[in-house]
Amino acid sequence: MSATEIASAGKKSSHKAKTPDTQKRRKAKGVGERRGQYYFYLIPGLVAFITVIGGSFFYNVYISFTKWNGLGHPRWVGMQNYTKLMHDHTFWQSFVHAFYFIAAMSIIPTFLGVFLAALLFDYVAPRFGNKSAAFMRAGMYMPQIVPLTITGILWAWLLAPTTGVINNFLIKVGLDQFALNWLGEEKTAIFSLSIIMVWVQIGYTIVIFMSGMSRLDPSLQEAAQIDGASWFQRFRVITWAQLGPEIGVVLLTTTVAALKVFAPVYVMTGGGPGTATQVPAFFSYFHFFTTTKVGYGAAVATVLSVLLTILAVIILNIQNRQEQGANKR
Amino acid sequence: MSALTETPTKTKKNKLELKRRTAASWFIFGALLLVVIIWLFPFWMAIANALKTKEEFVASGPLSFPKHPYLGHISKFWGDVNFSRKLLNSIIVSTLAPLISIFLSFFSAYAIGIGKVRGKTAILGLFMIAFTIPQEAMVYPLYIAAKKLGLYDNLLSIVIIFGVLQSAFGTYLLSSVLSEFPEEILEAAKIDGASSFKIMRSIVFPLLMPTLLVLATFLFIWDWNEFLIPLVLLPSNDHQTVALSMAYTTGQWTSDPTARAAAALLGATPSIIFFFVFQRTLMRGVTMGSVK
Repeated sequence: MSATEIASAGKKSSHKAKTPDTQKRRKAKGVGERRGQYYFYLIPGLVAFITVIGGSFFYNVYISFTKWNGLGHPRWVGMQNYTKLMHDHTFWQSFVHAFYFIAAMSIIPTFLGVFLAALLFDYVAPRFGNKSAAFMRAGMYMPQIVPLTITGILWAWLLAPTTGVINNFLIKVGLDQFALNWLGEEKTAIFSLSIIMVWVQIGYTIVIFMSGMSRLDPSLQEAAQIDGASWFQRFRVITWAQLGPEIGVVLLTTTVAALKVFAPVYVMTGGGPGTATQVPAFFSYFHFFTTTKVGYGAAVATVLSVLLTILAVIILNIQNRQEQGANKR
Repeated sequence: MSALTETPTKTKKNKLELKRRTAASWFIFGALLLVVIIWLFPFWMAIANALKTKEEFVASGPLSFPKHPYLGHISKFWGDVNFSRKLLNSIIVSTLAPLISIFLSFFSAYAIGIGKVRGKTAILGLFMIAFTIPQEAMVYPLYIAAKKLGLYDNLLSIVIIFGVLQSAFGTYLLSSVLSEFPEEILEAAKIDGASSFKIMRSIVFPLLMPTLLVLATFLFIWDWNEFLIPLVLLPSNDHQTVALSMAYTTGQWTSDPTARAAAALLGATPSIIFFFVFQRTLMRGVTMGSVK
């Protein structure tokens, strides 16, 4: 589960009432002076935030310019860690793997999620009742609620080469040649992890998109139906287009989550076999605590932070644009 | 099809059609149900094998369901990892950290959403960065700081870190909810001479309570599931959380498949129970905006 869930909900609610709100405030006199006292309320949150989060982040940036094994004093080396990174094959490889996770955690769950959410919301629910749609949604949401470490234990066990459920099943139905060492082979490890992440993420996108659909005006759907459009045509033309804002935000925020992926890799493959499932977050952790090249690990984390911050700015801009669009409507 | 459902007006016909269960709709229903079953299959397998004796596993493999449910693996795992302790640690972290988060974010959101302080977009932007930068970019300095402050291997460090970290999201959410707080109520209170603190405590806080509870539910789960920072800061067995203890079991339990199933099942159970209890709250969290 991630931040967008309530974020999108909270955002949605702020669409309304903005225009009358601002007009009213403009009329009130002396607002500027009265506003001053509210700065006081920012103190606890900002102080805590700047000390704990800001402090660690900037100290990490400092470490990234040093050579340090965690003991004694860090030695300033300038850009050395960064120039080394640029020539580190594993570093680039970890970003290539991150694209698998973007596909598995963002792109595939978004597209499947819109489709499944539409099926549940305006196909299953009207015909078989809201209860059955809610039950199916809950069933697919289940993997979201469980800690990723436990998901990892569960799947590593399901995929175990000889004793695992998956291979036993494959042998039972006569597909012996597909009974592979899923997480232990270089060729299959990243695909196995990707499929597991699709399993994890799909419930999240379904829930977001179903809630998005409940805000849509049903009259458009009805009109199209009267004109004889099939369910699939309506899905393709109306639902897809109207869910644009949700789709955009979900795609970007799940991409952020995919770039941060750590726990499943840690638990299931440890980045291996070899470097077959190495991802940026794990690569950074690996240098902090395994090779104890702390400066190098900090540089990886800093690069990742910059990348994610750029993505965050894009998200904010898109949301602002949407909000403006909603106000104009 | 239209011959069967011929009704006076076209809309009525379509309304009927929308609710009709045809062979095709049963097929789609069945297909979706199959997807749900596949989605739940891993959990089902964990249950089936956690309750199986080793002998039965060897004899009939992982796919069958045990004839006589056997609780030995679960109780052994519970004892071996001191699961009661892990549960307690997780509960401590996931209740105290959200309290800190809500306290901090409520104050900030009051300034931003109600006070509409200047520069609020910049402040929100700053908070937003907190939940996009990866924890890897904070964990080493936090590790050093915890050691220096004597908070290493201490649950308190986790409570403080996640209390502050998640307050960023709380601020973001609460600011957005409070920015549409009914202006009339605030004006009326101001005319009556209420101070901003009084307004916050006796008007805004009680009215925001439902939102705060939804936020607390989400934060509880997030804090429960946190992994990297607890992994680094809580090395000793007695201080680990549920999510964390599982990571350590991989090595020592690999040889015994039924025991691993028991570990996965036991680790997942508190979250699943929580999900069933708070399902409505959780789903409301998602639709919070549209409900209003």
